[in-house]
Amino acid sequence: MGKFLLHRVGYLVLLAMVATVVAYLLAATQLHPRSRYEGRNPAPAEAVVDQRLTELNMNDKTPLVERFGTWAKGVAHGDLGKTVDGESVNTEMSRRMWVSLRLMLIGSILGTLLGVVAGAYGAIKQRKWSDQTLTVISFVLLSVPTVVLAVLVKNAGIWFNQVSGNESTPLLFTTGEITPGMDTWSWAGIGDRVGHLVLPTIVLAIGVNGFAFYSRYQRNSMLDVLGSDFLRTAQAKGLRRWSALTRHGLRTALIPMATFFSYQFALLFVGATFTEKIFGWHGMGEYFVDSITKNDTNSTAGVTLFVAVLVLIAGLLSDVVYAALDPRVRAS
Amino acid sequence: MVAPVPAPGPAGSRESDGVEPLLRVEDLSVTFRSGAGPVTAVRGISYDVRPGEVLGIVGESGSGKSVSSLAVMGLLPGTATITGSATFQGRQLLGLGDKQISRIRGSRLAMVFQDPLSALTPVYTVGDQIAETIRVHQGLRRDAARERAIELLDLVGIPNPRQRSKSFPHEFSGGMRQRVMIAMAIANDPALIIADEPTTALDVTIQAQILEVLQTAREVTGAAIIMITHDLGVIAGFADRMMVMYAGRVVESGVVETVYQQPRMPYTMGLLGSIPRLDAGERQALTPIEGVPPSMVSLPVGCPFAPRCPMRIDSCEQTEPALLGVVSDDAGHLAACHRSEEIARDGLTNTDVFVATTVPEAPPAARLPREQRPVVLEVRDLVKEYPLTTGGLLRRKAGSLQAVAGVSFDIREGETLGLVGESGCGKTTTIMEILELAKPTSGTIAVLGKDTAAMSGKERFAIRRDLQVVFQDPMASLDPRLPVSDILAEPMITHGVPAAERDRRIRDLLRLVGLRPEHADRYPAKFSGGQRQRIGIARALALEPKVLVLDEPVSALDVSIQAGVINLLDRLKAELGLSYLFVAHDLSVVRHIADRVAVMYLGRIVEIGTADQVFENPTHPYTQALLSAIPLPDPVKERSRRRILLTGDLPSAANPPSGCRFRTRCSTFAHQLDDDRRRRCLDESPELTGAETTGEDHEVACHYPAPAAVI
Ligand SMILES: Nc1ncnc2c1ncn2[C@@H]1O[C@H](COP(=O)(O)OP(=O)(O)O)[C@@H](O)[C@H]1O
Ligand code: SF4
Ligand code: SF4
Ligand SMILES: [Mg+2]
Repeated sequence: MGKFLLHRVGYLVLLAMVATVVAYLLAATQLHPRSRYEGRNPAPAEAVVDQRLTELNMNDKTPLVERFGTWAKGVAHGDLGKTVDGESVNTEMSRRMWVSLRLMLIGSILGTLLGVVAGAYGAIKQRKWSDQTLTVISFVLLSVPTVVLAVLVKNAGIWFNQVSGNESTPLLFTTGEITPGMDTWSWAGIGDRVGHLVLPTIVLAIGVNGFAFYSRYQRNSMLDVLGSDFLRTAQAKGLRRWSALTRHGLRTALIPMATFFSYQFALLFVGATFTEKIFGWHGMGEYFVDSITKNDTNSTAGVTLFVAVLVLIAGLLSDVVYAALDPRVRAS
Repeated sequence: MVAPVPAPGPAGSRESDGVEPLLRVEDLSVTFRSGAGPVTAVRGISYDVRPGEVLGIVGESGSGKSVSSLAVMGLLPGTATITGSATFQGRQLLGLGDKQISRIRGSRLAMVFQDPLSALTPVYTVGDQIAETIRVHQGLRRDAARERAIELLDLVGIPNPRQRSKSFPHEFSGGMRQRVMIAMAIANDPALIIADEPTTALDVTIQAQILEVLQTAREVTGAAIIMITHDLGVIAGFADRMMVMYAGRVVESGVVETVYQQPRMPYTMGLLGSIPRLDAGERQALTPIEGVPPSMVSLPVGCPFAPRCPMRIDSCEQTEPALLGVVSDDAGHLAACHRSEEIARDGLTNTDVFVATTVPEAPPAARLPREQRPVVLEVRDLVKEYPLTTGGLLRRKAGSLQAVAGVSFDIREGETLGLVGESGCGKTTTIMEILELAKPTSGTIAVLGKDTAAMSGKERFAIRRDLQVVFQDPMASLDPRLPVSDILAEPMITHGVPAAERDRRIRDLLRLVGLRPEHADRYPAKFSGGQRQRIGIARALALEPKVLVLDEPVSALDVSIQAGVINLLDRLKAELGLSYLFVAHDLSVVRHIADRVAVMYLGRIVEIGTADQVFENPTHPYTQALLSAIPLPDPVKERSRRRILLTGDLPSAANPPSGCRFRTRCSTFAHQLDDDRRRRCLDESPELTGAETTGEDHEVACHYPAPAAVI
């Protein structure tokens, strides 16, 4: 296993390098930082713009290969360059990834658990009304785009504040992570954070990355297991129906989910674009959208590289999770 | 004087000298809801099991054997409606809640299932799975339960039980997994073990081991056993009483000896007459039962066996016979047939009732002495190597495995060579190499005198006409989207047979294999298993081949159907002068059909000779063990046999033992040789030779051969 993983790591580093090159070339050819200066009034002198862009390593008059060289050298030293505003991409990203994590962690865990439980339950109650209800709910949620879902939940939160008579001192906040000026480490601060988390967490937990998705897949994989002989053996041994279903059935039905779990976990840092945008969290998802609209080559390339690395890590993680869940994989 | 009297109650046990039955099943019926309407899989069956006895249940697949015992265990799905009663140790089982029944299941009442791979949970170690059942019922601590599990593994004959208890099911062979199942079943000292086809998926040598383990389990726990099987040999050796099921009913029951010697119901008679017997030789006339078991969706009124019964009379189609006592026989012998009285009075046997097809005369060519007939297939020193690779993305060669390690035989015109051995010994690899018609890893293959290594593409194409194959699974080898006529036409189109001739030939072929030419436009799904195998045979015959390779052609079929296909193969061989290479693990079938037999072990032939020589005078210790493992469908003979048990499983071909490949399991080596003589087995691989055998055409690969009759 150890040797096998080492092989995998080597292979992944190679893939990561390819991804880096592609990420930079895409960003550098598709985005035009110069256009940011074109609409200005008074128009800055071309020489000034050139100098500024060169400083940022975004000058399109410098050959692409040379710009890439500069960038790659930085990346090799752990420096992702500067944003169009002259900030460090590293600083920006290392702040924002934790914002994303704080936003997503609870929602994702909740959504995964909810989905797994609902999927397994639906499979056991196959074609009963409870299964059919769950199926309808998950299909509706799957077909609603996250933007729409987020807006709906946000409006529901506003409505809740109104009817509960707390409009001026709301329980549920719809923007940001914390009310500005709050002390994070006081009880009030933590309460305030929770108030900010509730609504986006609901969106994440029930939406396409949470309950709606997992319940579908878990239901299928549980159905595959339900007819199997070993469940019958477990009951023949004297296990009650529910312990047979959970200890032997669900445990085995989790194996095919290993890939999903791994990706979900690794991509927590990447954030959720629409949810962040709509609830005003300044995480990685928002950063990515903003850097594109701002023609910020280095930020875009940085985020893309970051995602690529996480995807690769997720692949590795999924091998490990598979082996942890399935002794048959461990053997080979 | 013979007169059927109403039985006093459940099958054959009322005179049970006052012993309370352990399990009493009364009028048990099971109905499933299904798309095609309700299916009544079990229709009012009653039986008793007394403490400590073995009750055998036989019947073809679909006759309701499994469903009736799952109903007793309370393990049927929710779509089943169960009526009747099942009293176990005085307690009604049917209708018990999950909590109550799960206290009984696995403790007083245990079950062993057919397929030991799928019956164990893949993600837990075998030790933990056994410990779990102990913990559920005895509330032992985890480590105490583990210790007990290790003792149980030892009891069922798992070597290194402490270490092996940490293995996962996939790391065990089929036989070992079945031992684990048995360990689990006896963990809480049950009073009754239901074993549903516990040996069906296993090789005969392993079957013999498992039956031995079950016997031990029975002695240790004193439990009664319900043994469900379709193998009449297993019942003959293992059961005290038996019942025969057909279409969801018990049609005959009684003491094993009585039922085998005086069957009083045509279905039982037919079943007993349709099995080829190891002790009967090739001239035994098999009596196949025509037709197939009825569909359980819409059973006609009357006797369910009537459509297949040669003794059918008018009343058979009007009223279904009840299970009644046959007074002339032993007490407790019951049969469900309107005419069992007559059968008993006239002492009718299966050959009186069923049409026995006499084995056809051999064609003139095959009557010539062997040496004068031309060789149609010759295999010399055939070796097939597979590379072994390491797992992972970057596959690397890590050695090789000889699946076939130097095999030689020839088949002459009009002759059948049976190739036998445990699964994994290289039978299939051998025939695949032959069918490929390519140059083997080493050695030569010559078909009709032409060396496959030296063949041009055109010659190879031409020779394919003469060498055809029939596979085991008729459904998998027939394209379900094509009607039978297209399936049969396909090889003829490939080989350029003109259209007009094709149609005529298709009709001829269907008639030849006993199907109706009108059915040419039906699809494979419309046919039963036996009929599909006939289509497979017809397709193989389409190009009028000279040699037919048959890979387990009847092992997927029920016995009553099997006999018909064997008779067909017998007839075709005589009529068309074919030569067969017949691969099978069922030695009884091979005994019936083969002229010569080659016994394979771990990629080598260990004994070859005429069927009479090999079966009556087996000389290699492996052949002797193999033959002695096969249960005879005859209770008297079967119980008086001494069995040579093979220990362990087939070793891996990747790492064969030094010297004689069989030495790790050889009983001669283990018990009869001194160390000096053992040296030779350890160091030197024995060659096939006829030096020490009696017959001239009989060769054995063993340093210390000693013929012994084992049947
Ligand atoms: N879960 C089920 N749903 C519907 N029909 C079933 C089910 N299980 C078994 N049957 C039907 O019941 C009949 C008897 O099956 P079974 O007891 O398994 O036969 P056997 O064990 O004798 O081979 C068959 O026709 C089978 O198709
Ligand atoms: S009752 Fe009639 S049809 Fe049924 S087995 Fe007896 S003779 Fe045959
Ligand atoms: S050569 Fe030795 S080990 Fe091999 S079969 Fe003969 S006696 Fe047994
Ligand atoms: Mg069955």
